[in-house]
Order: sequence, then C-alpha cells, then structure tokens
Amino acid sequence: MAVLCLAEVAGGAVALDATAKAVSASAKLGDVTLLVCGAAGDEAAKLAGVSRVLVTEDAAYAHGLAENLAALIVSLAGDYAHITAPATTTGKNVLPRVAALLDVMVLTDVTSVVDADTFQRPIYAGNAIQTVRSKDEKKVITFRTSTFEAAGQTGSAAVEATAGAGDTGLSAFVEDKVAESDRPELTSAKIVVSGGRGVGSEEDFAIIEKLADKLGAAVGASRAAVDSGFAPNDWQVGQTGKVVAPELYIACGISGAIQHLAGMKDSKVIVAINKDEEAPIFQVADFGLVADLFQAVPELTEKL
Amino acid sequence: MKVLVPVKRVIDYNVKVRVKGDGTGVDLANVKMSMNPFDEIAVEEAIRLKEAGVASEVVVVSIGEKKAVDTLRNALAMGADRGILVTEDQGVEIEPLAVAKILAKVVAEEAPELVILGKQAIDNDMNATGQMLAALLGWGQATFASEVLISEGKAVVTREVDGGLQTISVGLPAIVTTDLRLNEPRYASLPNIMKAKKKPLDEKTAADYGVDTTPRLTVVKTEEPAAREAGIKVGSVDELIAKLKEGGLV
Ligand SMILES: Cc1cc2nc3c(=O)[nH]c(=O)nc-3n(C[C@H](O)[C@H](O)[C@H](O)COP(=O)(O)OP(=O)(O)OC[C@H]3O[C@@H](n4cnc5c(N)ncnc54)[C@H](O)[C@@H]3O)c2cc1C
Ligand SMILES: Nc1ncnc2c1ncn2[C@@H]1O[C@H](COP(=O)(O)O)[C@@H](O)[C@H]1O
Repeated sequence: MAVLCLAEVAGGAVALDATAKAVSASAKLGDVTLLVCGAAGDEAAKLAGVSRVLVTEDAAYAHGLAENLAALIVSLAGDYAHITAPATTTGKNVLPRVAALLDVMVLTDVTSVVDADTFQRPIYAGNAIQTVRSKDEKKVITFRTSTFEAAGQTGSAAVEATAGAGDTGLSAFVEDKVAESDRPELTSAKIVVSGGRGVGSEEDFAIIEKLADKLGAAVGASRAAVDSGFAPNDWQVGQTGKVVAPELYIACGISGAIQHLAGMKDSKVIVAINKDEEAPIFQVADFGLVADLFQAVPELTEKL
Repeated sequence: MKVLVPVKRVIDYNVKVRVKGDGTGVDLANVKMSMNPFDEIAVEEAIRLKEAGVASEVVVVSIGEKKAVDTLRNALAMGADRGILVTEDQGVEIEPLAVAKILAKVVAEEAPELVILGKQAIDNDMNATGQMLAALLGWGQATFASEVLISEGKAVVTREVDGGLQTISVGLPAIVTTDLRLNEPRYASLPNIMKAKKKPLDEKTAADYGVDTTPRLTVVKTEEPAAREAGIKVGSVDELIAKLKEGGLV
C-alpha cells in the first residue's frame, strides 16, 4: 500500500535530513509519495523510496499553518493507507489534526515499525517502550527522526504539481524569529555540546559554544538553561524539547533529570562534566569527568 | 469571554517510572499523582487572563478516574471558577481522540471562546489532544505557545518551534496549547485550597455525552528501554581526550 509523507520545509526549502529520515521509516510501509508544501521538490525527488513528489507552492501552505496543511492532506488521503511526517514541531502540529479529521487515532513519535499495523513508541519520558497495534483503517504517524537512518539520494521520482483548497482563513502567519547559525542542525549533528544550569549565565554559555565550534558541533541546552535565559528555546534537548542521538554528546553542568535524559540517552557516546560526583548524568555517561566546568571546558577546547 | 482548561491527572514528574514485570504496563500503585505540568501552565494562563479582565470565567475539566477530582480541586485552588469531572472507569487509558470527542461535547455545552490545553501529557507523551479537538470543532489552533495576546476577536500567539519562535494569529474561538516558557504557575495558598472545596463541581460520565471511548490502539506490550552499559570516570581532561581519540570521536 502507498504512504503519503509530509516533507519538512524550513525557510522555503525542504529540510533534507528530517525528510530523509521520515522517508526511510515510511518506506518500510510501502511506496512513498512525498508532499512538499511551500518549497521546490527536486532535491527531495532523489530520496530513495520516494516514487512520486507532489508540490504546491501556494502561499497558504508556506508557513506550516496546521489548518491549511491538514485540509490539503485530508483531500489527498483517499489513496493512502499511511499518512506520515517527521516528528518535528510542524509534524506534531499538523498530523494529530489530520487524524481527527479522518476519525482515526494518531501515532506520535514512533521509533520503530514492527509491521503495517504495529509500531513502537516511547512513553513516560522514554522510561517505557510501548508496542501498539492500530485498528484504524488509515494510520497517521509521526516518526522520531533520531531513530531512523536517512534515506539515500539514489532515487529519481517524478515531480507533479498539486493544489488544495488554499487558505481556510482560520489562522494567519505573522512572523518567524529564526536564529541564523553556521553550526550544524541540532537533530542531525554528529556531535552535540550541551550546557545546563551549571553554566550560570548567558555570557558564560560562550564557553560551551567555543567547545562546540572547535568540534564542529551543534549546541544544546537543558530546560533549566533555557528557562534561565542562558540559551534559546530551540536548543532545549529532552522529553519536551528535541531528541538527539549523535555520535558524541557532551553534557556540561547538567544534572541528568529524566526529562533531559529522554532527549539524549540514545547518543552513541556520552561525556558528562559535572562538579557533583553524585549527579545522575554519570549513570548514563560513558566518560564522566568530575570537575568544575569553568576550568575543564576551556581546557578541553584548548587541548583538542 | 469564557475559558475552558482541560487538566489531566498524571504520575508526578519526579517519580521514577517502573515497567511491570509482565509487560502489561507501568506500575501506578501507590505512586504520587499530580496535575500534568503543562496543564498547570494552562490553568495559570487562564487565571491571568481573568485577572487582566480579558476572561470572565475559567472552567476546568478532567476526564478519567474519580480521583481526577483532586486534580480539579487543585486547579480550583489555583483560581479556576468551576470544575467538570467526566468519569470513565474502563481500566484502560482513554486515548486523545476519545478525550477530544468528549471535550468537543463540553465545548458545545459551555461555549467557551478559548480552550487552553497542555501541549503534552507527560505520561503517554502523545502531544495530540489539542490539535484533535481543534479539528473536531473546525477551529484554529496555536500549539506550543510561549506568549498569548488576546485582542479584537483574535489570539496572537508566539510558538516555540524547531527553528526558534513563530508568531501566528488565530481568530476566536480557538485552541491554544502551552509550552514551558508561557508562564510560571502559582502555588495554591492554604486559604484558597479551603475555598476551592466549596467551588461548584459537576460530575458526568462519558456515556452522558454519548461518546464511544473504545481504544483504537491495542497495547501489545510495554517494555523497559535497553539499558546503557556502565561507563567510567576519567581523572583529567587529558585522559578524556585520550579516550575520545581512542574511540575516533575527535
Ligand atoms: C513538564 C516538564 C518537562 C521538562 N522537559 C525538559 C526537557 O525537555 N529538557 C530538559 O533538559 N529538562 C526538562 N525538564 C526539567 C528537568 O526536570 C530538570 O529540571 C532540568 O533538566 C534540569 O536542568 P539542569 O540539569 O541544567 O539543572 P540542575 O538540575 O540544576 O543541574 C545543574 C548541574 O550543574 C552542576 N554544576 C553547577 N555548577 C557547576 C560547575 N561550575 N561545574 C560543573 N558542574 C556544575 C550541578 O552539580 C548540577 O548537577 C522538564 C520538566 C518538566 C516538569
Ligand atoms: N483525560 C484528560 N482529561 C483532561 N484533559 C486531558 C486529558 N487527556 C489529555 N488532556 C489535555 O490534552 C493535553 C495533551 O494531552 P496528550 O495529547 O495526551 O499529550 C493535556 O495537557 C491536557 O490539557
């Protein structure tokens, strides 16, 4: 059976990494039709597993407004057994709306496809993994991107234009405040350096950023660091922030609350730098360094 | 303007959850239960709208076991005006789709202009009910809100999104779901906890609303995640660098 997958679009272009991961997960279920809204579809057409790309550049779909996107997806839904998206803030916003319009349950943040009806998803901040079987005729799914490999770029799907009813008029875009950065994207970076409350201030977060830049890494933060204004909200890693699984995760001045671990404990190698040897972060760290971060992090940056 | 706030009773966020040995779920016996933290933020936001003269009444609703009455009393003690308890004792978790269907009926009766939900219940981690309710009502939705401004029949909402912040405007009536930075919820004072006991609280059942709550998802099993192997402590930055180099990580 066929799958309709909503491509992730950011800043007027397809976000290839998140999309490629959702495509590889979707390809386990059938032929993938990729829906690209508000961007060109040529790059995404190369993703392995994609048999067709539907593109609309109608301004109504340009900013990820859930009401317009959900109506468009529902208008296309007839041909598909599965409707999917990466579990980005856009996917999380739009797909539950699609599911309710189709009178089916939604499966969010799926980490594994068992078969066409059966999926695994984490619950309780990842402290339990639930396997669920859907009885609904159509399955609406968001995939946690950190657990799927990105689809390769070996395909060459046909790109077609599609159109929907346009603007529902229920909501309107006002503005985006997106920080420009030369650093790799947090959810796709090979190395992530994160700072917590222990960093102490926005100014001192520069220590974390310097180490990240030395390593070509992305920068993450705990909720406490974001709440305290040391770091922007889009850096938050955790149960209710971003989920990352890089090759190397370096946690500095982070205690290791379950809500934080939920967002990083699937990293390949975890390093923790914390002055409290009892900090729970050491229970998941491959390499723990009990030290003052103000001394250890600059030293690490210098010696690398 | 009336504001409706759905609040869920969940395992307290500080409790370390244990998966039952037989794979049927997590152990909820004798664990501390609390209001879902995102719902505390939702209640706080509604109360602030009332204090600012924007909202006229704050109604809280909870769906679940009878014990969810504690969660409602807690919201009333924070400052909500009235509660609705919808009991449904079927022994399994009521799914977001069924919760949204019940809430849609409550909305039809109460006619609020704004419904503020949490973005996510920290037990099932679904992040779905608000979006589903918006769909069923045909309303606009502003999810993951870090700022809400109500004026001239619309809500201008700043949302926490992957790339940073996005501001949208939704016409009322609308659905808002809360993110962590929207506000810091107040604690209920002792006098307010006493007063809350006298605030009106209606009891209903899912059947009263004619909603079928049969789950669409069957739980096959619930397991512990794979545990990480124990790591080591390193004595110095030099030793750490040596280990990282050994692993080809830097
Ligand atoms: C609903 C809800 C959702 C949540 N979602 C998330 C989430 O998505 N992500 C998240 O991270 N949290 C989340 N949390 C918060 C979580 O429970 C913790 O409060 C938070 O992760 C703590 O952040 P922290 O480790 O930086 O701060 P703390 O727990 O205060 O730890 C600071 C650490 O820094 C160390 N330290 C201090 N000074 C130094 C120094 N000079 N050198 C070295 N070490 C030092 C201390 O020893 C301590 O271990 C959530 C909570 C709730 C209720
Ligand atoms: N049983 C319930 N009773 C009341 N509100 C609920 C219930 N379940 C979910 N909600 C609301 O929906 C939000 C999102 O929950 P969920 O979609 O399950 O993650 C919660 O933060 C609550 O505001």
